[in-house]
Amino acid sequence: MKRHAAAAGWLSALCAGLGQWYNRQYAKGLLLVLIHAAGIYLIAAKLSPYLKGLYTLGTKGQHLEKVGKISKMVPGDHSIFMMIHGVMAALVAVLFVVIYILNIRDAVAVGRRRELEKDPRSLNSSVFPWMLLALPIIGVVFFTIMPIVFTSLIAFTNYASPNHIPPKNLVDWVGFATFHKLFNLNVWSNTFFGVMTWTFIWAVLATVTCYFGGILVALLINQQGVRFKGFWRMLFIIPYAIPQFVSLLIMRNMLNEKFGPINQYFRAFGLEGLPWLNDPIWAKVSVIVVNMWIGIPVSMVLVMGILTNIPKDLYEAADVDGASPWMKFRNITLPYVLFATAPILITQFAGNINNFNVIFLLTGGNPATMAYNNAGETDLLVTWLYKLTLDFNQYNIAAAVSILIFLFIATLAIVMYRRTRSFREEDMIQ
Amino acid sequence: MKPRLVLSYALLVLIGCACLYPALWTVLSSFRVGNSLFSDHFIPTKWTLDHYRDLFRDRDTRSIPYATWYLNTLKVSTVSMVLGTLIQLLTAYAFSRFRFNGRKSLMTVTLILGMFPGFLSIMALFVIFNTLNLLDTQWALIIVYSAGAALGMFVAKGFFDTIPRSLEEAARIDGASHMRIFTNIILPLSRPIITYISLTTFAGAWVDFIFARMILRTPEKWTLAVGLWNIIDAYNSTEFTLFAAGCVLVAIPITTLFMYTQRFLVDGLTAGASKG
Repeated sequence: MKRHAAAAGWLSALCAGLGQWYNRQYAKGLLLVLIHAAGIYLIAAKLSPYLKGLYTLGTKGQHLEKVGKISKMVPGDHSIFMMIHGVMAALVAVLFVVIYILNIRDAVAVGRRRELEKDPRSLNSSVFPWMLLALPIIGVVFFTIMPIVFTSLIAFTNYASPNHIPPKNLVDWVGFATFHKLFNLNVWSNTFFGVMTWTFIWAVLATVTCYFGGILVALLINQQGVRFKGFWRMLFIIPYAIPQFVSLLIMRNMLNEKFGPINQYFRAFGLEGLPWLNDPIWAKVSVIVVNMWIGIPVSMVLVMGILTNIPKDLYEAADVDGASPWMKFRNITLPYVLFATAPILITQFAGNINNFNVIFLLTGGNPATMAYNNAGETDLLVTWLYKLTLDFNQYNIAAAVSILIFLFIATLAIVMYRRTRSFREEDMIQ
Repeated sequence: MKPRLVLSYALLVLIGCACLYPALWTVLSSFRVGNSLFSDHFIPTKWTLDHYRDLFRDRDTRSIPYATWYLNTLKVSTVSMVLGTLIQLLTAYAFSRFRFNGRKSLMTVTLILGMFPGFLSIMALFVIFNTLNLLDTQWALIIVYSAGAALGMFVAKGFFDTIPRSLEEAARIDGASHMRIFTNIILPLSRPIITYISLTTFAGAWVDFIFARMILRTPEKWTLAVGLWNIIDAYNSTEFTLFAAGCVLVAIPITTLFMYTQRFLVDGLTAGASKG
């Protein structure tokens, strides 16, 4: 028996495609040799200046230069351009490395099949799925992964207005200085910790109210003896069917302090009406109540789906044992619902941390406060970072905040992923 | 009737009113004479269709090009729908039907990236589009909506998984190519899931505010979400009845679509919990 696998593998490691050539896959081998050559040429000749630019971020800012007798403003290096190009170049380089590694693995795999004297060609059927995936992968790499990489890079620079905005000035790497500023410099840290505290309070309250609200409404409809269940379900789902931005903007008008209908009803009863969106405390109450209006239908639909899935024989057995309705609810319905919806609770919590729409469209983060830097009383971390980016050009702080939110969400996601794994393996209820 | 049931019905009616009130109030306001938010009567004393006509009429006093916004939104949503659906179908089909090297790890990456909230990269997208001069183009918006569609492929994959493999194997024995199997056997069978994906991507683009406001700068390019937000923000509710009419016209297609796709709702919501 010949040792095809090792030979093909070493040849492919020497130069991509040689192993395939050795395995008598001439077309594939030729293609890979060409890719290898192109890769070396590109990395050496074209990509390295960009990679270097990613490292230096430009050396000359906009400056005066003598042209003949007069001084002229000459545009300098554009640090952000250089960074974008650098990241793209790095991605292309990574792509080549991946192809190179895959090429070795392919050569070894085909070689091994030859050792076992199987038809090496049957491996070729695995090209088609990659053809299908090419477009999706390009989309994800450039518009999901690249922005993530880019965000993590910006967080370690001083890219912010007013002093470091290209093309006028250069941007530089500053290490952890941005995070240091965010945590320790009073101007930023007060806002950051204030907004973060509110974000957590909001996420917990918004999740809990919607979740238990949904369970209660679902149970209310599902009671024995309540008729027209389909009709009630349909009716309660209406808030979910209206586009969120529309209902939120409408709510904003309904809660208008002077002219809104809610306060009008208050006045009809001789009450004064409340500053729903203008008072720091009431604004917080308003966003949570409005969020219940939007979020309860979702939980309700989910819980109703679960209720129909509870095996009837559980209740029958309970009846035989003489359980009261309350005991049945307490010992069958509730554990079942809680168990089945637990993962959704985590997703909703993560979603609420990032619940941009409710805050931004309803209050815009207001009422404004002097205590915060570029943020209002109801701003969440995400709306704050949106404002920092679009309105105040504080890109590095925005990037640092994004990273921190991401780390938190990622932790939740991992917990969630683990749980879904364990869900599949264990029995539903012991 | 038992007291418990009476109480339950009372609660149900109350919740029902709370659900309906904002929508009803907006619809009624859109038919009311005058332009103010304030009104003495819930049901208008004088009815008019003027506000709906106004939306599509040019006026010098203010810039509310509603018809343009509607067309923009329609255009952006439709193109994103076609691109996004295509990308999502291809991904789901590849993962469901083929066992290729790296499939498992690629699926894990997809799952994890899918949990990454897209707009956390809003800062990066803003800077990239800004630097490359792509800000204020609708194509940038379409790309943002459809490029990440692959990450939401788990519902579609679940659907493809239920189509029996014997169908394809039979076709393969008859000599059909991969492409032919996909277009002639799989696609006709997956009409429900195609409908579901296209409707959700369409609705997603239709109602998005975050990215639309970030990318589109000039009023003529805005979508409805940005435009309507701006009416409230800039005119401070002085054009309320007009805004209400605008809202009604925005909500009608989406609400209709939603009622149609309702039966998929639970699957879509729990996809995050049971995929893997």
